[in-house]
Amino acid sequence: MKRTADGISASLPIHSDLDLVWVRQHVRQAAAQLGFGLVEQTKLVTAASELARNTLVHGGGGLLECAPVSRGGARGLRLTFGDEGPGITDLDQALRDGYTSGEGLGMGLGGARRLVHEFAIDSRPGTGTTVTVTSWMPGAPRPREER
Amino acid sequence: MPEQDTAGRPSTPAQEVADFLRGRQEQIAQRWADAALFRTVFTHSRDEAVEAGRAVLDALAAVAAADRVEDAEAGGFDVVREQLARTAASRARAGSTVTQISAEVDALRPPVTELLLAEFPAAPAEHLRDCTTTLTVLMGTLRLVVLETALSEGEELINRQRLQLLEVATPVIKLWEGIVAVPLIGTLDSARSQVVMETLLDSIVEQHARFAILDITGVPTVDSLVAQHLMKTVAAARLMGAECIVSGIRPAIAQTIVHLGIDLSSVLTRASLADALAYALREQGTDIVSREPAGSEVR
Amino acid sequence: MSGAFPAPYGGPPPYAGDVPVLRLGDVLLVSLQGDLHDGTAERLQQDISATVAHSGATGVIIDLSGVEIVDSFLGRVLGDIAAQTSLLAAGTVVAGMRPAVAITLVELGLTLPGLRTALSTEDALRLLDGSAPSLPRRGPARREGP
Repeated sequence: MKRTADGISASLPIHSDLDLVWVRQHVRQAAAQLGFGLVEQTKLVTAASELARNTLVHGGGGLLECAPVSRGGARGLRLTFGDEGPGITDLDQALRDGYTSGEGLGMGLGGARRLVHEFAIDSRPGTGTTVTVTSWMPGAPRPREER
Repeated sequence: MPEQDTAGRPSTPAQEVADFLRGRQEQIAQRWADAALFRTVFTHSRDEAVEAGRAVLDALAAVAAADRVEDAEAGGFDVVREQLARTAASRARAGSTVTQISAEVDALRPPVTELLLAEFPAAPAEHLRDCTTTLTVLMGTLRLVVLETALSEGEELINRQRLQLLEVATPVIKLWEGIVAVPLIGTLDSARSQVVMETLLDSIVEQHARFAILDITGVPTVDSLVAQHLMKTVAAARLMGAECIVSGIRPAIAQTIVHLGIDLSSVLTRASLADALAYALREQGTDIVSREPAGSEVR
Repeated sequence: MSGAFPAPYGGPPPYAGDVPVLRLGDVLLVSLQGDLHDGTAERLQQDISATVAHSGATGVIIDLSGVEIVDSFLGRVLGDIAAQTSLLAAGTVVAGMRPAVAITLVELGLTLPGLRTALSTEDALRLLDGSAPSLPRRGPARREGP
């Protein structure tokens, strides 16, 4: 696992269910560090858990890239899950609630999409799947220290 | 932007301005340290103001060297954007209007122009004019950058205050041991619904409340988004082990709900807050009995 | 920086051990803490079924107060435990779910309608005491005046 000094940017392998735990812990820590509230942290960590499990179970393992982002005055956290697995043939179907190709409740992709602010998926059969999600801090960044 | 002169001079006016800003950085920074914008923000030490001035000058020189004096998005500004935001925010908090901040940034220009003119005493008038024009444009762009950050800071302040107001406007009341209520008054939008939901669920834990009442008597309309939030709140409370009752659904709102095709059948509703409280009390085994006429208390 | 979480991450590694199943009379108490491995959750499901079957317990309480996230996997495990135990004539109550976890589960689309819930393990115990497993949640609590 590569981490940078800011404690937010990281590149985490996803190859076992122990890795899922690391993913959840890192995303929790990164979101807390950026100043996300408790509920937003929990949503983002849960989304990360769903997506990392997809990467592991359906993509045969892969990588999570975690990075802080900013746009205008807003700050957020971007998570990119990439695998080189079989890919998804029918994206619409995969995003529908209740659809499952394995065990579970079939809430993985569709559910994760509801927990984040931005959701993008790129998948081609045979080459793999990349899911990118971003959540923004609600309202404004915390007031900075007065000089 | 002045046209590039390819005749004899080695570089463009923008390039010369960049060189000048770098060469005279220290002098300009010293002068800026006494200008209103820097003096009022960096009150602790003058050195700090000079340091901030140097950083801005570095950025300006980089922007000029890249020949992007008119571009507020120029990469050169990135390194000082946060510093400028802090400066603008500090002025705004001190009560300065955007116009005042703008004038203060404008006041940074004359000392630089003065030094620029002194730098090339023998240069042809046309050349000097090109350079000062370039400098003026560059300083105008800086002002734009500062104003942009000032405005977004203002927006953030408004957002922050709006969120604070939401929290203040959502009191959770303990009605009885184990029963809390939120009387909602006014329009419910998505942000407020979110705050209501979180506040109510937190109070369920804090008060160890098995019953939570959402009273919407004071809510003029309910759209499908708000109805959805109500249902989510009810579902979340249930997962935590509490029962959520929605009271005070006025006839007009009931009609809207039916019209919108929203299924509230999973939500326990009561006509009034009193009915909801009576239901909760009965469920937890508390009976309220009127006092006997004789005066003996039977509770 | 938010100091919302008392438990510092990056501290002890996530534990992969099995979750202890405690026995309190006729009731099994399982207290989940921290971040659960998928494997641990699945083993727990088997353990509970096995324990209910040979002990004749009439109720299972799963204490979630120490759990910071429940994703669809753990959600499914909880639902399955409830379904299995009810087949074995025991009721399962999930207790102490945190607000942030509950909100997230609802957003995720998992409302777990069949699951019985309680605010705390004490409430869950009273719930199991006071009602047959098939009845909907209803407080057995007696008078709790102000």
